[in-house]
Amino acid sequence: MQEQPKNFGFGEDETMLRDSARKFFSDHCSADKIHRQVASNPNIHRNIECLWDKGLWQQITDLGWTAACVPESAGGIGMPLVAAVALAEEAGRAAFPSPLIATFNTTFVLRECASATADSLLADIATGTPMTLAITNKAGSWEPEDTDVSVTAGKLNGSAWFVQDAGKAEGLLVSARAAAGIGLYYVNSNAAGVTIKADGIIDLTRDQAHINLSHVDAIEVAAPGTGAAAIRHALPAIQAIVAADMVGAGEWLLQTTVEYAKVRVQFDRPLGFFQAVKHPLVNVMIEIDKAKSLAYNAACAIDSDPQRLDFANTEKLAHMAKACASEMAVFSSSRAVQFHGGIGFTWECYVHLFFKRQMHNQALYGDARYHRTKLADLLIGKAA
Amino acid sequence: MADADRMDTPEQAEFRAYCRQWLSANHPGQPPVRIPLGALELSDPKAMAWLQAWQKSAYAAGLVGCDYSTAVGGGGHTNCQTIANQEMQSARTPFLPNIIGLGMAAPTLYIHAQEEVKRALLPGLLSGAEIWCQGFSEPGAGSDLANQQTFAEKRGDSWVINGHKVWTSLAHFADWMILLCRTDKTDKYNGLSYFVVPIQPAVGKGVTVRPLIKLTGETGFNEVIFDDLVIEDKYRLDAVGAGWKVAMTTLAHERGAGLLVTPAAGGMIQENSKSANTSSPAALINLAKSSSRNGKTAADDPLIRDEMVKIAIRQEAFRQNQRRTLVPALTDHPMRIPLQNKLIGTEFNQDLAAITYDIQGPASSLYLNDENAAGGGEWQLAYMNSFGVTIAAGANEVQRNILGERVLGLPKSK
Repeated sequence: MQEQPKNFGFGEDETMLRDSARKFFSDHCSADKIHRQVASNPNIHRNIECLWDKGLWQQITDLGWTAACVPESAGGIGMPLVAAVALAEEAGRAAFPSPLIATFNTTFVLRECASATADSLLADIATGTPMTLAITNKAGSWEPEDTDVSVTAGKLNGSAWFVQDAGKAEGLLVSARAAAGIGLYYVNSNAAGVTIKADGIIDLTRDQAHINLSHVDAIEVAAPGTGAAAIRHALPAIQAIVAADMVGAGEWLLQTTVEYAKVRVQFDRPLGFFQAVKHPLVNVMIEIDKAKSLAYNAACAIDSDPQRLDFANTEKLAHMAKACASEMAVFSSSRAVQFHGGIGFTWECYVHLFFKRQMHNQALYGDARYHRTKLADLLIGKAA
Repeated sequence: MADADRMDTPEQAEFRAYCRQWLSANHPGQPPVRIPLGALELSDPKAMAWLQAWQKSAYAAGLVGCDYSTAVGGGGHTNCQTIANQEMQSARTPFLPNIIGLGMAAPTLYIHAQEEVKRALLPGLLSGAEIWCQGFSEPGAGSDLANQQTFAEKRGDSWVINGHKVWTSLAHFADWMILLCRTDKTDKYNGLSYFVVPIQPAVGKGVTVRPLIKLTGETGFNEVIFDDLVIEDKYRLDAVGAGWKVAMTTLAHERGAGLLVTPAAGGMIQENSKSANTSSPAALINLAKSSSRNGKTAADDPLIRDEMVKIAIRQEAFRQNQRRTLVPALTDHPMRIPLQNKLIGTEFNQDLAAITYDIQGPASSLYLNDENAAGGGEWQLAYMNSFGVTIAAGANEVQRNILGERVLGLPKSK
């Protein structure tokens, strides 16, 4: 096992980045403002649209967030994964509507591709081009080998599903089956033959789509047949990033519910006086802390093993982080709604923004049961 | 951990080298008798005597009480007990038997006792020559610790003590007790005072020690009855009525949140022991691989696998919580994780042990007194014993109140 820094790799730069992100979100993304931005129309049958603030995207690009984890050789800042994890946590705490998480996830797949094309795409990300992964099939498989897209004579045909923030992304990284095996291909969202069909989703702070590809030019990003390996090698980082988003959202749900439990009076007492409320809130805090420690640990393990000398270990720690965070996400959001009582069940209460983001995230890149099943094979060995 | 990764002061580095050298030549080796997993389980006088001899030699070498002043029998070092503890752990020494004395009585005496009393009692405590026990809990004062009924009455220059203490670990070996009791019946918190009282010399003369049998069938702790026990006023710590404040010093150290680091050793693996390591997920997995349930290997059952994986995740999370709590920038509230540790640790052990009943199927019925019991029946025992620690030292329900009130800032439940 690789020697790891005691501070999970949170040096001065990473901590400063985290603190500036926290300030940025508190200045620009209050829950009230986000609610007005994405939830002003409660009619769920309205036209699906991407409600986000492109001006803020430009600002965070100027702050270097998208460049943070792009290698210096590709024009980025070259920070470790923990920097993206720190930003994802703050983004989750603000329920930030943006393609930031999708772009980070794409960044970590591109970092595995080792090609001039991948480097030029990373350079685009560094200067603020939002991108997303189109690597999931209709059956919702998280296995890199599974795709409903194929390549014939240099053209992509088929469909990709559950594509995150597809309506905001300008570029798609598509996995497809070719003669040499699974390849990775870059597709401009506006290219001929690309149809982006927005999904109607519960999460108001994001968009999602399924994408049909019909005779789309295939620009190969990784060496032929190495796409699945590139995705597999990036999955632990992706799982840590999504886990961190849930940790941040969980903390918002906890603190908001705690504040409500201090002021809401029933039976002549603030709600938080009652142990039926106090103890579960403590349990939520405990689950958040576990998920947070495990997310940092997974990120640090990945950063500490760039040569993948013990890849099974980083996979294991990322499974733990995502499994723990996914359960925490469900728990923290359910308790927040429940303890807000009647008002928590309404559209006007901000809790539902975070509740829905948590329920979305817990499923992405595998829910808790999926990751525990993977862990069982790693820790116990395959069942007979 | 590599030494290069440590951030020892020059004094610590020199002390570490000394500890390492001493331990390499003076490890006490394998005990001649069965040693239980922890000091609170000690019942065999031979085991106690052997462990006392080990503590005495470690103390004489300067590995116990390193940070206490030399005037009271300490080593006069700064922040060196942590170093000694790390080195004793690495050397896999036996544990130190005077655990209540080292962890709770010593820091409380050091901070609150008269100089004369410190000089008289701390050397024997640190060397393990005199064993200590704790007289806090009573039949009517468990989680509600301030509800003390044991009463100390001032008569002339002395105090006369009457009352009933329970769950008193090690009282059957104890020479001394730290005692919380009432001196004023009109004020719940400000009516408490704190004493140190002799036990062994007073047995039959004002003190009765009776073993309590745990639900496991084992003894381990006792009840202690005071019947007109007379003690000198110098054995009072701090002012009359300041007992609650002194007790908080004791409890802070018990929770690992005190000023002084508790001398601690351990890590020894006893040879020829049938007993299982009942707090290890790896041992749990091994048990599942060698157990059958419904006629099939338990480790192949998907529901059992999921439960074991949940336990492994909790263990890693606990470990990473400890790592994170040392990085101030990564914790929003300094006590947020430390105050979770007792709760999380004890419930982890309980839930781990509970799964072993599912893993073993009908063989989970076999106990210590059956030769076919897996791990000598220690898994079954571990589950039953786990309630001791989820209840003791502030039941976990009280721990949740403390976390909710001190960390989250919720209104007090009392």
